[in-house]
Parts: sequence; C-alpha cells; structure tokens
Amino acid sequence: MSVLDTGTRIEADRAPAAAAAAEETPLRRLAADFFESRVAAAAFALLCVIIALALLAPAIVPQNPYNLAEVDVLDSRLPPGSRAMAGYTYWLGTDGAGRDLVSAMLYGLRISLAVGVVSCLIATVIGAAVGLVAAYAGGRVESLLMRLVDLQLSFPAILIALMLIAILGKGVDKIIIALVTVQWAYYARTVRGTALAEMNKEYVEAARCLGFGHARILFRQILPNVLPPLIVVATVQAAHAVALEATLSFLGVGLPRTEPSLGLLIANGFEYMLSGKYWISFFPGVVLLATIMAINLVGDQLRDVLNPRLRR
Amino acid sequence: MTAPAAAAEPLARPATLEVADLRTHFFTKAGVVKAVDGVSFAVAAGEVLGLVGESGCGKSVTGYSILGLVDPPGRIVSGSICFAGRDLVGAPEEELRRLRGSRIAMIFQDPMMTLNPVLRVDTQMVEAILAHRSIGRRAARELAREALAQVGIPAPERRLRAYPHELSGGMRQRVAIAIAFINAPDLVIADEPTTALDVTIQAQILHLAQELCRKTGTAMIWISHDLAVVSSLADRVAVMYAGTIVEQGRAGDVVGAPLHPYTRGLLGSVPSAVARGVRLAQIPGMTPSLLDLPPGCRFRARCPRAGEDCGVEPTVSSPRPGREVRCWRPHLEAAA
Amino acid sequence: MAAYILRRLVQTAVLVAVMSVIVFFGIHVVGDPVWLLVNPQMDQRDIEAAIRALGLDRPIWEQYLYFIAGALEGDLGRSFIFGEPALRVILERMPATLELAFAALAMAIVLGLPLGLYAGLRPDSWASRTIMAGSILGFSLPTFWVGLMLIMVFAVMLGWLPSTGRGATATWLGITSSLFTLDGLRHVLLPAFNLALLKMSLVIRLTRAGAREALQQDYIKFARAKGLAERRVVGVHLLKNILIPVVTVVGLEFGNLVAFSVVTETIFAWPGMGKLLIDAIQSLDRPVIVAHLIVIVMMFVLINFVVDVVYTVLDPRVRIGARAA
Repeated sequence: MSVLDTGTRIEADRAPAAAAAAEETPLRRLAADFFESRVAAAAFALLCVIIALALLAPAIVPQNPYNLAEVDVLDSRLPPGSRAMAGYTYWLGTDGAGRDLVSAMLYGLRISLAVGVVSCLIATVIGAAVGLVAAYAGGRVESLLMRLVDLQLSFPAILIALMLIAILGKGVDKIIIALVTVQWAYYARTVRGTALAEMNKEYVEAARCLGFGHARILFRQILPNVLPPLIVVATVQAAHAVALEATLSFLGVGLPRTEPSLGLLIANGFEYMLSGKYWISFFPGVVLLATIMAINLVGDQLRDVLNPRLRR
Repeated sequence: MTAPAAAAEPLARPATLEVADLRTHFFTKAGVVKAVDGVSFAVAAGEVLGLVGESGCGKSVTGYSILGLVDPPGRIVSGSICFAGRDLVGAPEEELRRLRGSRIAMIFQDPMMTLNPVLRVDTQMVEAILAHRSIGRRAARELAREALAQVGIPAPERRLRAYPHELSGGMRQRVAIAIAFINAPDLVIADEPTTALDVTIQAQILHLAQELCRKTGTAMIWISHDLAVVSSLADRVAVMYAGTIVEQGRAGDVVGAPLHPYTRGLLGSVPSAVARGVRLAQIPGMTPSLLDLPPGCRFRARCPRAGEDCGVEPTVSSPRPGREVRCWRPHLEAAA
Repeated sequence: MAAYILRRLVQTAVLVAVMSVIVFFGIHVVGDPVWLLVNPQMDQRDIEAAIRALGLDRPIWEQYLYFIAGALEGDLGRSFIFGEPALRVILERMPATLELAFAALAMAIVLGLPLGLYAGLRPDSWASRTIMAGSILGFSLPTFWVGLMLIMVFAVMLGWLPSTGRGATATWLGITSSLFTLDGLRHVLLPAFNLALLKMSLVIRLTRAGAREALQQDYIKFARAKGLAERRVVGVHLLKNILIPVVTVVGLEFGNLVAFSVVTETIFAWPGMGKLLIDAIQSLDRPVIVAHLIVIVMMFVLINFVVDVVYTVLDPRVRIGARAA
C-alpha cells in the first residue's frame, strides 16, 4: 500500500461529486438552500398568495370599492359577517364610507404593492448605476458620490419623505419620487462595496488586458456578481417602501383619498376605534403586516443563503 | 531529572495529572470530528511534558479537555483525567471552576486575543486572584504587582494601569504567565505560548517558564508544533498525530532516537538537521481528515514502513524502558 | 483627546454650513421661495410689499446671506398659522418630543439588551428562537397600526391607560418633564412603547450578534480558564465589549426616533414637534416646515458629534491609540 495509491483514491472519490455538482445550476442550488428553512418557504408561499390576490383582485372581489355606484353608504360601519343589500356577504365588515372591507383591502393591497415595487425598481436602477459608476470611476467622482450617499443615509427616511412631499405636493408620482429618493442610497452603497471587491479580482484585470471597453466590463462582468447582495437589499427595501408608503398615507400626506391604499384605510378606521368598531383598522393592518413580514422573512433567508461566507 | 525507571513506570514521582484514554469528539452537522481519540499520558510535579504535533492534530483540544473548556458541539466522550485524586471527566462545573486558575492554569497562544482589550491589566489580574481567595482588593493588587516583577516586567506599577494594547507582545505574554502562576497552581498548561512572538522573545519566555517551574515545583504541559522548542525545554515529550499520541518518552530519547516513523519524519524535515544543499525531506501526503479517519493506523497512508498488519490500529507498546510507541513497526534499531 | 474633539467640532461646523446651503438652494430650486415666506392669502399689494421687505427680489446669493444672518439670530420666518416666529413654535414643542424619544430609547435598551443577550448566550434554545422571531415581527410591524391596536387593547378594551395626550409635568433639576410625575408616566407608557418596538428589534439583533461573536473570542475562554464565575465573565468581560457597538448604533438611532415620533405623536395626540410638522404640511405653513427641517438637521449633527465623543471615551483602544509601552 503506497502513498500513490491513496492519492489516486482521494482524487477518484472527488471526481463523481464534482460531476454531480456541475449538473445542478446555481439557481437550483439557491432554491434548494433557500427552501431548507421551513419558515422561509412558508413566507415565500404567503408572498405568492398575497401577490396573486393583489393581481386578481378585480376578478375575485364582490364589489369595486372605487365605483361609487356599487357602494352603499347606508351600509357603512357594519360588523364582519353582515349581509349586503346586493346579496353578498361583507366577510370583514364595511368601512366608514360603506365599502366592503375585503374589496377595499385587496384594491388597497394592489396600490400599496404597486407603489412599493415600482419605487423599489426605479431606486434599484438608479442606486445600482450610481454605485457601479462610483466604484469604477474611483477618485474624486467616487468620493463625491459616496459623500452624497452618506449624507442621505444619515437622515431618517420618513423625514426626507415628509420634506419632499411638503415641497412637491401630493400625488402618486410625488410619492414614488419620495420613495425612490429615500431608497436609492442603500443600493448605491451596497453596489459600490461589492463592485469594489469584484474589481480587485483577477477576471476584471484580465478583461482589461483583453481590451474590453468600460461599459462591457461593467455590465457583463461586474454586474452579474453584484446581483446577489443587490437582490437581498432590494427585498429589504421593498418591505421598507411598502411600510413607508403606508405610514405616509396614514399621516394623510400619501396617496390621494380617491384611491386608498392600506395605510389610508387604517387611518379611516382610526376615528371608529374608540367606539369599538375595530375591524376597519384591524384587518387592513393584518394584511399589511403579513405582506411586510413575508417580504422580510424571504429577504432574511436570501441573505443567509447568498452570503458567501456561510456557503458550505 | 531522575534516573530512568522500569519499563511500565516512566515516572519516578507521583503523577500530578494522569490522563487515560481520553476521547473528545465534536458532533458537527458534517459528522463527528474525533479531535482527541485515545490519548494517555501523565505529568509529575515539577516536570515539563512537551506535547508536540502539527496543526489540527488535537493537542489544543487535549489541553481544553483537561480544563473542561471544550466548547459545544464538542465534548469529552470517554476516558479519565485524574487530578489530585479526582476524575475531572464528568465533575460538576462548579468544582472545575474552582480548580481553574487556582490549581490548574492555562496560558494561551496569542496574548492580544486572550487579554480583554477593554479592561486594564490590573483588573484582569486582580479578578484572577479574587476568584479564588478572599483577600482585600489592595492586597490582591500588591500580589499582582509582585507577580509582574517576578516575570521580569520593569516598572510594574505603570504596567498594571495599562491596557493590553499598550504593551508589546512579549510583555503581554509575560502578563499571561504571571496570571497563570499567580495562585501557585499545581499544573500549568501552556498552549503554544511562543508561537505568536518574535524569535528573540521566544527564548526569553521559554527560559522564564522553565525557571518558574523549577522554582515552584509546578508541573507543566507545553503544547507546541515546534519540536526544536520543545526539545530544549521539556523533560519528556509526547508526539501527537491525528488525535492520538504516537510516541512518548524522555525528550533526549525521542529526539535523539525516534521510534515512530512520524517522529522520524518530523525530525528529518527540520532544516537545521540537514546539511546545506541537501534536499529537505518531507513526509508525503496529508493528514487524514478527523471526520473520516481511515481504518487501522492513521499514519499508514504516509508511512514508508507500512505493511499488511498496519490495517489494524496499533496498540501502545513499550519496546524500551521509559518509552512508549503506537506502532507495529517502530524504528527499534536506533533506540538504545 | 482635546485635539480630536476640536477636529470633530470643525468638521461639524463645516457640515452645518454645507447643509444650510443645500437646504436653502434646494428650496429655491424645487419650489417658489416667495410662497415659503409670504402668506399667499394676503392680497396682492401686501404680498409685493412683503416681497420687498424680505428681500425676495434680490439676487439669490444675497438672499442666502440674509437667510444665514437671520438664522444665526434665530429668525427663521413667521408661522402663517400661529403668527409667531417659527423657531419659537418649534422649540416650545421640542421638550415633549425629546421626552418621548428618550423614554422610547430607554425602553428599547432596558427591554432589548437582556433579551438579546440571552438569545446570544443560548442561541439554540426555544426561548431564544422565539425572541428572534419576535424581533422580525417587531420591525415588520407598521408602527402606526401597532399604535392603534395598543390604544384599542389598553385604553378602550381594558381601560388601564389613557389613550391620548401628555400627562402632568413636574420640574426637577431645572428640567420640566412629564416623566417626573406618575400621571405623566401613565401617559407616556403607550406611545413610548409603540415607538420603542422598532428599535427594540434592532437592539435585540445587535446584542445577539455581538454576544455570539464575542463569545467566540479567546478572551472569554481565558476568563473562564482563570476560574472566574460565569456571572462575571458575561457581566463584565462580555458586556463591556458588546456595549461599545450597541451604544454607538443606538445613540445614532436617537435621531431616527425623534424623526419617527411624527407617527406616534399623531396617533396619541402627543403635543410634540412631529405632530406640529404634520399639521404644518397639511396647512401649508411653510416657515414652520423649513424651520423644522433646520432644527432636525442641527439635532442630527449634534447627535453624531456626541456619539463620536462618547465612543472615544468608551473604547480605550481609540482613546489611547496604539502606544507601545
């Protein structure tokens, strides 16, 4: 029995394992790692349900809460389980204007999610662009951009949002602008950090030697490697965006009254709380909470799974 | 050191510490890591035992096991650690706590990491005293200052008020040694205390440790990967490989006439042992993973003398008086 | 040490100057500053007179200088609604907000630190997992909704605590605060808890992460090897190391608390700066909005500065530097 025999045996052992690993794609491995946690899997399922409900809202609710013709103000403030004049059941009761709470909630969910997701996407694009440019350009440009990012990040989101709305006025587009302004800095900082680390790696050096243009290096080489932490930050920020929009709407400086988001529904229910009509605020809040929590849990697990230091 | 004793009794004096077939395993998600798997040795009062081996062979874990400081997911699975007439394995935590720092002390490798950076030196020394003796704080501080002077630190009062990062590496290690000896322990376990220091400081620390042991009659286990350091300091040497002790004996014997092929390989790979221009001998292959040990002798895959019988784990034999080896085919020709 | 503080002071002053430029020019760029300082409901001639009086027809850099001069004297315009100087209106309400933020911070630390410590010491225990799950719940909960629910449960259903307003105040050591009266404490309990929830999750997570990391360090093992009682190992060795990052982060979060009190103050009708801001936005009382912004900026800058100094005091490594003996 000689050393050489052992050596080849070890090599042979490793080969089949490597081959098996090559078959599964990174995405499949990611999914497998992700769903290892039952909590995260449940959260993901919940999130899918919520998104499905929001998308299908017009088809599944008994009433369109924005169509005044369908809303009967005499039916207002009815407790859960009451019957409507039109025949269907108000499963979760009605709000102060007589809107069926289930319908209003699902429509409100649509808006909340839409605003949250849109602002998140825009902020991602802007933030990632700034981060990449900062990392790649270096020097004064980077310094200036990062100072701006730091400045923005040292102030609380809600304050910036409030100030912007105070100056710009109300409206859906203004809300989205405010949300984007509040978020982009997080992306910029994350992307810059990751891009800097990536740029020190040899494949970037190799690409430069091969004469690839800046844009190509940035987008084809660096960007894909920056995506994982970006996705993690995006999920966390999405949750923040939804929460922030709800808060702003609650405070009365968010989305307009004609298309109430969940925040506004909760605000509407505020005045009825002291007289015991809890459901008007309670149920929209539960939906909001479920949405935010699901996003947070998914984001948490994504972060653990995508963390290179924890990779087995 | 006293004259060599009979074959079965390597020690002339009663043992301060006697470890018998100690096994410490780590139960991780990837499997069971058998860090220490059948270790037996004894240390007598005033004696220095060198525990030598490469990184990952389980020597530090042996030290922690003696003190009961093995962190989960590890724990002592079987064996006995006999100290002052008590078996420490399975002893209640409070009893172990009372022994630690007072009867058995430990010196760690990197003094920057072992001294708490946000606490002053005197705080850390005084608490070591007050944990075991009820004397006044001022008296304890006096003791601390004396201890610092004894380990050769100039201007001890100023050092007492300093924070660890204000001291140099060598001085920090002296502080650690002072803390170890401050309650006059019966046994000191030193886990690679000079590895993190400059070579010149190393010699000073070695000398200091030796002197303290002789003066106080404290037994010492000096854990190291450096055979050269150990051979100059220790009375007896135990060589560890992949979780077991493969050879034990008087330092001069083990280093001068190694029995186990691994020891022989270690000594052969020391640069100073080889003439200039001659290629450095290496032990081929790699240490086996402690997760997945091959059956039989652990050194088999790398041993130039391995044979058919090495498929069975060798038992400890004593082919010469005062020496033990775990091998079916030791280098008997070299031993006296 | 003194040199460090001086340097930070200078940096702070520069930051404030930069901020003032940004605020000023930002407002000019985005909106029409005339409407910022002049009440649009006055009639045309008065408006023109006011414009001239306030120097709004001058070149922009001159206006900036006027602005700075006024600001240094404490004149940030007059509130349209209250008719009083905007700054005074804000400062009158600041103690209430500070009180609330302070109570919330204290609650977050007092409750969060032990919970986080426990979760860090026994990470796999059932209690610890519950605490961590709770902390995720904690920062997912929309603050305003929780506030409503708290009112519902404690004020409406159980009737234990009052639902709105600030309690009676008392003066102690020259500070007037409602925290010094029992009635005041009853009133502040719910809103402070509401505000604290978000930060509590943060404190728990921070403490737990810090504890887990610190426990792996060699000095903990060494402390145990010295035979110290576990109580001392955790209470002195561990805690002192964790406290530094926790305190820093929490200190910086104080500013966030003040900002977020906007929501809590609205729900609980707490008469603080936050509620003032919302009212001002609704009623377009722009001088108050601008003044509020400036006060908050100053507060943030000040908090950052204080935290920096405290950090240097707490961490001997930073304070003394790498002075080899």
